[in-house]
Amino acid sequence: MPLHCVVCVKQVPDTTQVRIDPETGSLVRSGIPSVINPFDLFAIEAALRARDGHGGSVTALSMGPPQAEEALRKTLGFGADRAVLLSDRAFAGADTLATTYALAAAIRRIDGEQPVDLVVCGKQSIDGDTGQVGPGIARRLAFSELTYVCAVDRISPEERHIRAWRQREDGRELLEAELPACVTVTEGCNAIRRAALPDLLAASRQPVEVWSVDDLDVEREDLGLKGSPTRVSKIFAPPARERGEMLTEPDKPLAAAVADLMDRLAARGLAFGSARG
Amino acid sequence: MKQPGNISPIDPRGPLDTSSPPDPGGRQDPQSPRDPNGAGGPRDPSSSRDSARNPGTVPSRFDAIVVGGGPAGLSAAYIMSGAGLNVACLERGDWSGSKNMMGGVIFSRPAGTVVPDFWKEAPLERHVTRREMWLATADSAIKASFETTDFAREPYNSFTVYRSRFDKWLAAQAAAQGAYMVTETLVEGLLWEGGRVIGVRTDRPQGDLEADVVLLAEGVNSFLTEKAGLGPGPEPQSLALAVKEVLALPREKIEDRFDLETGAGASVEIVGETTGRLPGTGFIYTNRDTISIGVGVLLNRLIESDAEAYTILEQFKQQPQVRRLIQGASVREYAAHLIPEGGYCKMPRLFGDGVLVAGDCAGMVNAINSEGANLAMLSGRMAAETIIECHREGCGFDGPSLKRYRDRLEKSLVLKDLKKYEGATPFLQKHQEIFNLYPELLAALAREFFTVDDLSKADKERLLMRLFRSQVPVREVLKMAYDAWRSLV
Repeated sequence: MPLHCVVCVKQVPDTTQVRIDPETGSLVRSGIPSVINPFDLFAIEAALRARDGHGGSVTALSMGPPQAEEALRKTLGFGADRAVLLSDRAFAGADTLATTYALAAAIRRIDGEQPVDLVVCGKQSIDGDTGQVGPGIARRLAFSELTYVCAVDRISPEERHIRAWRQREDGRELLEAELPACVTVTEGCNAIRRAALPDLLAASRQPVEVWSVDDLDVEREDLGLKGSPTRVSKIFAPPARERGEMLTEPDKPLAAAVADLMDRLAARGLAFGSARG
Repeated sequence: MKQPGNISPIDPRGPLDTSSPPDPGGRQDPQSPRDPNGAGGPRDPSSSRDSARNPGTVPSRFDAIVVGGGPAGLSAAYIMSGAGLNVACLERGDWSGSKNMMGGVIFSRPAGTVVPDFWKEAPLERHVTRREMWLATADSAIKASFETTDFAREPYNSFTVYRSRFDKWLAAQAAAQGAYMVTETLVEGLLWEGGRVIGVRTDRPQGDLEADVVLLAEGVNSFLTEKAGLGPGPEPQSLALAVKEVLALPREKIEDRFDLETGAGASVEIVGETTGRLPGTGFIYTNRDTISIGVGVLLNRLIESDAEAYTILEQFKQQPQVRRLIQGASVREYAAHLIPEGGYCKMPRLFGDGVLVAGDCAGMVNAINSEGANLAMLSGRMAAETIIECHREGCGFDGPSLKRYRDRLEKSLVLKDLKKYEGATPFLQKHQEIFNLYPELLAALAREFFTVDDLSKADKERLLMRLFRSQVPVREVLKMAYDAWRSLV
């Protein structure tokens, strides 16, 4: 039974090249190349593998300025079947609340045209770092929500369920949920494929559908900056971390360094008995 | 309505399990994305999605493949797809222009024969209204310049550009004409059949692509041209190394310092102290709010001299007349690139059975007039015109048909100019005094001429003659002049 996946893709500035203006505290973005949010590459691959396993199709969805089309064209090159870009001034300045509102509305429309079984997102973006958009979409669409998925174990469109490993701080857990589901994936859950030449050739000529506000069933005041309760009060560069103090020295016996450490911990009331091992 | 959160931990060992989950990467080979053993069972690789994409929109065989999305390749792709041919253009960089370091000048008339009135749309920096040539020493400069308001009007004469932006734009134009533009894809080799080229092999999965004809526009590192048996590949004595910085400076400051109308630009070429006494030139181009400044030196001489290219550029920037122009500017970019300056005699064969070469890989650089991108665009256009003609006449793409490409180039300024300056690089290799002795000498003479002291004008003239003769034997000057006349005029 075929599976219809929607993969959410965000175009972000290549943060390895972003600097922070020390005077204004703002990000210097001019001239910085844009890339697909690296976490979304894992989402794309997960969606493509799900489709390749079951048949069906992958629809790539993004919201952003017109040049975000580049990110979607790349996604088509990896093998996605369709690409939709939400691009309208009314979407601009959105926080995660307004973003998930717009994306959920778009997925509802896509779902109306062809029922959606699975939404896949990266666990977070590298520029916003909130990790809220995937869960927000799940909640708004009332889809099952699986976050921090590090491996998809099994998808069964017939039985309408998905089983996946979820990364926790202290280990991994195997979870099962009903379809439709919204999954956010972690880095390393797969490796993005090297796109095949026929896919790239097809992608180079395939149109990216651009949807404006008028294409969605939405209330304008819930979109973009208007629909965003989040206010940025201040942007600043975090102070450079101080270098840790090194207690070991080339000629100093290790035992002396350990004793030194114990003394310091004791002075702060943090020592417990004698050093072990 | 389903509630979110209807998720249950089902692992018998409990919710926490630190053992490794099944590795999905181990079951699916990224090299074969349609691996039928992938999670969930077999799937016909050609089924659903290809049908979703209207099979037939991507030809299984192209009319032409263009290798390289630079000035030559993009011009060809633009014109061929505009004429209705199925064209695939393969570029190894992240995007067209991403590998291009050129921040210099493009000339509007030649470029206008590829995309008419391109200046109305293309990302350009400034229209150049003044060209300057300097002979420079460590502390002085003799300057010649030409300026006209005529160059500030359509169709203009030339523009400073960032080729990286211009090429990105040109690639979009070619795509709009219907060319299949593919980036991040390296062509590793050619496909042969019975001694003729029938396609290319890329580094992609399912990466072979066939076409009636392949146009190589791969740039200075011409490995495919070599593989096609058309030429020997690059050699140090026919290459120049250009190093360049982009310096940020406010618009008004640029216009003040270079004495320019709003939006107008200047290009400056400098011989002498700029290149650490090596054969080569320095250059300065004004962009909108940046300056491109750099030096190009013959690679073999650079290697022999043990000098570092960046040190030469640093010294160039410290020359007083240069320093004044760039003072207070901050470095935005640093780049280096090779330029094929071997000239006419080092050019490869320009065509073979099923294959053509254009642009840098064909050695089409006029070092004397600093024209490369210009010739690349023209040769790309002429390759395209030849292919379109052969396509329409159905006369095939063997050597005899493709010879028309060479005929076209010979009738045009491309091969005429390259032939004219055939001896230029050997001349510059031989007469290095042009880059050190003569600028010094001429500056010394000028200094003496303009210094007013207690000598009479007649005594001054005698002194200048003496000074001149003491530095260079007349015989040498005549010899140099004769060689220059033979190879440059």
